[in-house]
Amino acid sequence: MNRPNDVRDAMLGAVPSLRAFAISLCGNMDRADDLVQETLLRAWANLGSFQPGTNMSAWLFTILRNLFRSEYRKRRREVEDADGSYAESLTSLPDQNSRLEIGEFREALKMLPPEQRESLILVGASGFSYEEAAQICGCAVGTIKSRVNRARTRLADILSIDSASDFGPDRETRAVVNSS
Amino acid sequence: MNRSGPSQRKTKTDVRGSETVIKLGPDIKAKIGQQLRLMYGEVVDQGVPDRFVEMLKRLDNATDRGSKE
Repeated sequence: MNRPNDVRDAMLGAVPSLRAFAISLCGNMDRADDLVQETLLRAWANLGSFQPGTNMSAWLFTILRNLFRSEYRKRRREVEDADGSYAESLTSLPDQNSRLEIGEFREALKMLPPEQRESLILVGASGFSYEEAAQICGCAVGTIKSRVNRARTRLADILSIDSASDFGPDRETRAVVNSS
Repeated sequence: MNRSGPSQRKTKTDVRGSETVIKLGPDIKAKIGQQLRLMYGEVVDQGVPDRFVEMLKRLDNATDRGSKE
C-alpha cells in the first residue's frame, strides 16, 4: 500500500515543472494545464505501476509526454488545422512581463523539430540527466544527446548567436549590416 | 543578400550538409541554457495553481474513504 500523502506531495511538487514542460509542448497555458490535470488523474489511477523509490517526476513526465503525443496525433487527423487557429494559439502565450529576449527565444524554440525541442528542454531546463530524458522519451541515450546537440546548434543559428555577448542590441545592429 | 563579412565568426565549419557537425563554444551553450531556464522558470515560479491542489485533495479523500470500506 502506498501512502497517499507522500504520493500527493510528490505529485504536487512536480506540478510547476510539469506545467513548464507542457507549455513547451503545446504552446498554450490552458491546454498545458488540461494536460497536467489529465496526467495527474492518469498517474493517480495507475499508482500501482509506479515503482516506489524511483523518480516520481520522471514517471509523471513520461505520462504527460505520452498523453500529449496521442492527443496531438488525434488532433492532426481530426482538424489538420484548416484555418490556422491552432497555429495561432501557439503564439498566444501569456507573455505579461517577460523580456523581449525571451519572446524571441521562444519563437526560435518553436522552429525546432518537436523531438529536438523536448530533448533540449528536458535536459537543459527540467534538469533531467540524459539517461532520464531517454527513459521519458523512450529512446536511446545517444539519441537524446544528438538531439540536444542539434537543437543547440539550430538555436544558435536561428538566433545568430556567435558568442554570449551577441545576445541583445548587438544582434540587431549586425542584422542591419548584413541585410544591406 | 546575406554576405558573410569578417565579423561573422560563428564556430561552424560548413553549412552545406544538413548533418554538418558543428562545435558550439561553451559560451553559446551557456547562453542557450540560461535562456531556457529563464523561460522555463517563468512558469515554474507560478507555483502550483489551486485547481491541482483541490483535485489531489479530492482524489486523496476518495482513496481514504475507499480503503476504510
